[in-house]
Amino acid sequence: MAKHILAALVENRPGVLARVSNLFRRRSFNIDSLSVGRTQRENLSRMTIVMESDAAEADRLVKNLYKLVDVVHVDHLHNQPSVARDMALVKVKASSENRREVIQLCDIFRARIIDVAAESLVVEITGEEEKLGHFTELVRPFGIVEMVRTGVIAMGRGSHTLKDQGYKPNRGRSSSRRSVL
Amino acid sequence: MTEDKAATNAESLAKTLETGAGGSAGACEQASGEADIPADAVMLTGAEIVCECLLREGVDIVFGYPGGAILPTYDALTRYPQLHHVLTRHEQGASHMADGYARATGKVGVAMATSGPGATNLVTGIATAMMDSSPIVCITGQVPTGAIGTDAFQETDVTGITLPITKHNYLVTSIDELAEDIREAFHIARTGRPGPVLVDIPKDIQIQTTEFVYPTEPVTLPGYKPPRRGRADQVEAALELIRESRRPVILAGHGISMANANAELAELCERAQIPVALTLLGKGAISERHPMCVGMMGMHGGAEVNHAIQQADLLIALGMRFDDRVTGNLATYAKGSRKIHVDIDSSEINKNVRVDVGIVGDLREVLRQLLDRVERRPNDAWFDRIAEWRADSELREIVRPADAPRHPAVSEGKLLGAQVIRDLFELTGGNAVTVTDVGQHQMWEAQYYQHERPHSLITSGGLGTMGFGLPAAIGAKMARPDQEVWAIVGDGGFQMTSMELATAVQEKVKVNIAVINNGFLGMVRQWQEFFYEERYNQTPMVNPDFCKLAEAYGIPAIRVTERGQIEDAVNATRAQAGGPILVEFVVEKEEIVFPMVPAGADLDDMIRRPTPEEFEQKRRERAAAKATPAETDAEPEPVAPAAVAGTRFGV
Repeated sequence: MAKHILAALVENRPGVLARVSNLFRRRSFNIDSLSVGRTQRENLSRMTIVMESDAAEADRLVKNLYKLVDVVHVDHLHNQPSVARDMALVKVKASSENRREVIQLCDIFRARIIDVAAESLVVEITGEEEKLGHFTELVRPFGIVEMVRTGVIAMGRGSHTLKDQGYKPNRGRSSSRRSVL
Repeated sequence: MTEDKAATNAESLAKTLETGAGGSAGACEQASGEADIPADAVMLTGAEIVCECLLREGVDIVFGYPGGAILPTYDALTRYPQLHHVLTRHEQGASHMADGYARATGKVGVAMATSGPGATNLVTGIATAMMDSSPIVCITGQVPTGAIGTDAFQETDVTGITLPITKHNYLVTSIDELAEDIREAFHIARTGRPGPVLVDIPKDIQIQTTEFVYPTEPVTLPGYKPPRRGRADQVEAALELIRESRRPVILAGHGISMANANAELAELCERAQIPVALTLLGKGAISERHPMCVGMMGMHGGAEVNHAIQQADLLIALGMRFDDRVTGNLATYAKGSRKIHVDIDSSEINKNVRVDVGIVGDLREVLRQLLDRVERRPNDAWFDRIAEWRADSELREIVRPADAPRHPAVSEGKLLGAQVIRDLFELTGGNAVTVTDVGQHQMWEAQYYQHERPHSLITSGGLGTMGFGLPAAIGAKMARPDQEVWAIVGDGGFQMTSMELATAVQEKVKVNIAVINNGFLGMVRQWQEFFYEERYNQTPMVNPDFCKLAEAYGIPAIRVTERGQIEDAVNATRAQAGGPILVEFVVEKEEIVFPMVPAGADLDDMIRRPTPEEFEQKRRERAAAKATPAETDAEPEPVAPAAVAGTRFGV
């Protein structure tokens, strides 16, 4: 078992997220995180999928993703030099007595404080999943009021670029419904 | 907020009603332009665009059922006489007929239905087509765009429902995309690994008008590129394994016929002297009279075939997917063999069985690549070994020529389902297209009707859909009117879709219907006998008089209760012209399909029919056991075969 990070370029068509998530359910893939967003190309969205599995299972997911007509390209980022980042917003309890301590921790982790209230701070922290894990463990004793994470986004380093297979949108989709959702 | 939304919907509904009258009637002269329809821009309604697209995709028959949300398209159909619409009696029938049509020809079958219940009734047929990779396109009406999501009358999320059982589906969101969506649907359905595609068209889009432009360039989809040739290094690796093998077996599946690779398969097995085992849907991949063909594998396959697979040192799987009905227990499946797997769908490689060489490509192309290099060599010892296993199977056979001695398990005068199929095979010269339902009769068909040509057996293999037989046979006969078509159905499955008898009558479809009636859900009963201590719960059936049922539809019918009547009945059925005809075969109630690999058991751990010797031995033991408690000196009473049958050794 290992962590596998897959990056998929998908056509920005209605229902494509449903197709992908339905595939996870239908074929019993266990997904740690999935993040979706636009790319520099108007008609393409990009998904980053993280799964804890053996290599064969990851391979099976790649092949099944390719069976979806809306999926243009899939890369297994594990097989190449890549960078991965996760972001969290953490609302930490912080009174006037211990606020300084929390701020110190944030400095060490290069996290930013983006909101200050009488009893709490909202911290924005970006990094690899591991770093976020360490940070949340350290602030947990102060009390985490709430937390949200984006899930991992990742890309290959240098020339390791996700190929769009010479993608050309073959026609204008009606813009009113252009959405990955 | 809610009120606002409701108001918007009401507005759009009102708009829909207004535009409803605006359908143009200018399609007729366009449509009659034959094959070479000019791609000039014309103003057409969405409904007319649907018809235009169907014509351009080569569609001649549409199987369907009208309803509110698809009415504009049904109205447009009146202006397209080249599109023959077949009114089914249930939408499930429409999707099975489209499937039967597709399997008989390799062309795309088309089913049409309205929104909501019409569309959901298609679902079983769509799932059936998905499992067996059959190319169909389903066109469904949807509530008007503005009403989608409001739980409108007869609204259902059909694209959501069919997401996991279609190769792809479309909810058309604009009339400007309609033609392109339908074009893509046909392209996706028929290319690569074929499958069902659904196009859901809101009613307002059917009514709107736009400039109809039919693109002339081929469909290109960035995320969809079916593979063609196999990778050279993998082909090389496969050749190496073939060279090194001493006990190879080819496992031929549905993919052979779908890729039109039948001639290539024959050449490969002849040249390299490799026995060919067939999956259920692989029947027809190669003639079953071909000396290299050893027969069907799997749960009810030939014992000699399963033994050969288990003892093989190389399996060459071609266009098959290692279904659990074919492999039995995966942990012990063909353990001593290396494996080559060729399939057009890369996700099938290493899915169930880990293979040494996986080649993704079109089977015909890949087989040609192999044929360029495969070496000629003899394999006699291996064939001799298979022949020994076959000789053992023949001892246990109950279907025998009329003048041969009976197997002692068969009582005099009993009509066996297996025998009916064998006689049907002989009387039709093996040349009919047979379409089966699901259950015991299906397995007897597979065991006793030898197919020579591709697309001559049409059966629901993957999904095992009862009710498939009759409608699929109607679709197959309409696709190939020149062919003799037999629907072979059980009394259970037949009653799931027997309403389609009316469709056959209305369309005057000459389909021969053989009802194998044993008064039981026979296959389930067989499992209950083997695995549930003969508790026949909910498997005995009180049936209607099938002959009278047929007659109520105006269909002539013949009842057969003895073997001696089979020939006349079959001949009379074949001679009957002009429409459907039904023959009911009243067969032995508790007949068993042998051999059988219990679900999850090792492939060579089969329940076999006893040899005559074993059977007599068993009978003597039973008689003795019965006599002992009384401690009499009298001769043990003879025990009827039926009593012996109750102990897993029936006919």
